[in-house]
Amino acid sequence: MTLWTWLKSLTSPPIFFALAQRLGFWFGLISIPLLAYGLIGGLLLAPPDYQQGEGYRIIYIHVPAAWMSLFIYSLMAAAGGIALIWRIKVWECVLTAAAPIGASFTALALVTGMLWGKPMWGTYWVWDARLTSELVLLFLYVGVIVLQQSIADARAAARACALLAIVGFVNVPIVHYSVEWWNTLHQGPSVTKFGKPTMDASMLVPLLVMTLGFMSFFGHVLMRRVQNELLSRGEISRG
Amino acid sequence: MLISVKDLVVARGGRTLLTGICFGLDREQALHVAGSNGSGKTSLLESLCGLRAPEHGSVEGLESADVFHWIGHKNALNPALTVVENLRFWCRVNNASEDRIENALDRLQLRAQQHRACRELSVGQRRRAALARLLAVRRPLWLLDEPLSGLDAGGVDLFIEMLKAHLALGGAAIITSHQNLPPLNGMRRLQL
Amino acid sequence: MSALKAVFMRELQLAARSRADWAQPVFFYILVSLLFPLGVAPNSTALPLFVPAILWMGALLAALLGLERVFRSDFEDGTLEQLFLAPVPVSFLVLGKLLAAWLVLGLPLALLSPLLGLLLGLSMHAAGVVMLGLLLGTLSLFFLGGFSSALLVGLPRAGVLLPVLVLPLVSPILIFGAGAARAAMSGSSAEAPLYFLAAIAVFCICLIPLATATALRNAFE
Repeated sequence: MTLWTWLKSLTSPPIFFALAQRLGFWFGLISIPLLAYGLIGGLLLAPPDYQQGEGYRIIYIHVPAAWMSLFIYSLMAAAGGIALIWRIKVWECVLTAAAPIGASFTALALVTGMLWGKPMWGTYWVWDARLTSELVLLFLYVGVIVLQQSIADARAAARACALLAIVGFVNVPIVHYSVEWWNTLHQGPSVTKFGKPTMDASMLVPLLVMTLGFMSFFGHVLMRRVQNELLSRGEISRG
Repeated sequence: MLISVKDLVVARGGRTLLTGICFGLDREQALHVAGSNGSGKTSLLESLCGLRAPEHGSVEGLESADVFHWIGHKNALNPALTVVENLRFWCRVNNASEDRIENALDRLQLRAQQHRACRELSVGQRRRAALARLLAVRRPLWLLDEPLSGLDAGGVDLFIEMLKAHLALGGAAIITSHQNLPPLNGMRRLQL
Repeated sequence: MSALKAVFMRELQLAARSRADWAQPVFFYILVSLLFPLGVAPNSTALPLFVPAILWMGALLAALLGLERVFRSDFEDGTLEQLFLAPVPVSFLVLGKLLAAWLVLGLPLALLSPLLGLLLGLSMHAAGVVMLGLLLGTLSLFFLGGFSSALLVGLPRAGVLLPVLVLPLVSPILIFGAGAARAAMSGSSAEAPLYFLAAIAVFCICLIPLATATALRNAFE
C-alpha cells in the first residue's frame, strides 16, 4: 500500500473508525506506564529544586499540560484546514472532538499554575506573560466550543469552528507577543519563570516522559471522541 | 445546449433527496419542475446555480455567473431601500447598465411604487420587484424558484407574458412551482 | 471595482436611512465611559490610570453592538445568496461592506474618544494617541468582528455569542492600544504599539475578507 492510498483511506469514516479503535487502544495502553513513570519519577525520585524546594514538582503536570494546550490548538487548526480544503468529514470530527480536550488541558495548566503561584509568588494569580496568554488561549478554546454547540447542523458547525480555529491559531503568536510586550512595558516580572535553561537530567527525563504520557492519553481520548462523533453523525452503522 | 445536467445527486443536511437527474435545455425551451413540498425542488435549483455543492454528477453551461439569473424564495430586496434603489444596486453589482430598469418597472407595473421603500410594499408587489431584476439585467437562462408565490391572478399573467417574451427572444428557463403553469410552446415538465 | 463601490455606497445609503443604527453605539460609548467614574471615589487620583482601559473597552463593546447587525439583514432578505452568484469574488464585496461598516460605526467612536479622554482628564497628547490607536484598532476590530458575525449569521442568539468569539481575538489590539495610551501618559514614546496596531490592521484587511467570505458561504450549506 503506497503512502497516498494509505492517506486516502484516512478520509473514509468506516476505515478511520476501525483505525481509531486500534490506535485508541494502544495509546491508552502505553499512556499508563508513561504516566506512572512520569508521576513517580517527578514526584518522588527527582531531586528537590535548590530554590523552590518540593513545590516545583507541580511542573510535572503544569508544563506538559501547557505544552498540550498549544499542541492541541495547532492540531485543531491543521485539522480545520484539511477539513475546509478537502471537505473531509473525518477531520471535521477530529477538530470538534479535540476542542474540549484542549480546553481541559488549558484549564489544568492554569489551575496548576495558580497553585504553584501561591507558595512562589504569594498569590494565586499574577499577570505573568505566560499565564495571561494561557488564559486568552482558554477563551479561544471556549469560543470554538460555544460556536460548535450553537450551530445545529453538525457539518456547518464543524466548518465554522475550523475557520475560527485557523484565525485563532494565527492570533496565538500575536497574543503571546503582545502580552510579553505588555508585561515588560508595565512592570518587570519580579519572579522567575518556569523552564530554566539548565535543568538536570534527573529532573528533565520524568518531564519528557510525562509529556509523552499526556500525548498518548490525549491520543486515546481523541480517538474515542472521534469515534463517538462519527457514530452520532450516523456515518458508521452500529453493530 | 444552454445547460446540460448529467446524473446529478442532490443532498441536503446529509440526506439524499434526488438521484440520477439528467436533462438538457436549449434556447426557447422551458422546464417546469413540479413536485410536492420537500421533494427537493429548491435544493435542485440551488445545486444548479452553484449555491449548493452537488454530491455527485455534473452541471454544464452555468460556469459563468452572467449566463443565468437565479431567484430564490427570498426576494433579495433590502426593506429600507426603494424598488429603484434595489434594482440599481443589483445592476451595479452585476456590472450591467441601468438603462433597462425603467422598462422593467413598466412591464411589471411597478411604476407607481418605484420610489417606495420595499418594506411598505405588499407581498405580491415585492415578488414583482424581485422578478423585475430578470428584465433589468438580461441573461439567457432563468432559474426561478416558485416565482408565482404571492402573486395575484394579474401578477401571474404578467409573469407568463414575461416568460413568453423571454423564450421568444431565445432565452430558456427552469421554473419550480407546485401550481400548474399554462401550456407554453417549448415547455416541458419534470415531476420529482 | 464598480461592484465593490456599489456595496460600499449601499451601506452608506442604509446608514443614512436608519440613523438610530449608528447613533446607538456612539451614545452607548459616551454613557459607559462617563458613568465609569461613578464607580470610583469622587476625584480619585486612581481614575486617570484606568482611562485608557475605559476608553478602549468602551469602544470595543460599543463596536460589538453594531457588528452584530453587519450581515443580518442581508442574510434575512436573501441579498447574501445573490451576492454569491455575482460575477465578483465575495471576499471583494465583503471588503467593501466591512470598510463601509467601519466608516459608519467604527470611525465615529474613534473620533469621539479624544473628547471623552479630555473629560476624563487625559492630556491633549495622550488623547491624540488614544484616537490614533482607536482609528487603527477599530479597523482591525471591524474585520475580526465582521468575520465572527459571519460565523454566527442566521443564529438566534448571535448577539450574545459575538463577544465570546471576538473579545479573545482582539485582546492583542486592546493591549497595544491601551499600552500606547499609557506610554503617552507616562511621557515615553507610543510609536512601537501604534506600529503594531497598524501592522495588525493591514493583516486583517488583507486576509480576513477571505475567511469571512468562506464563513458566509458555509452558512448556506
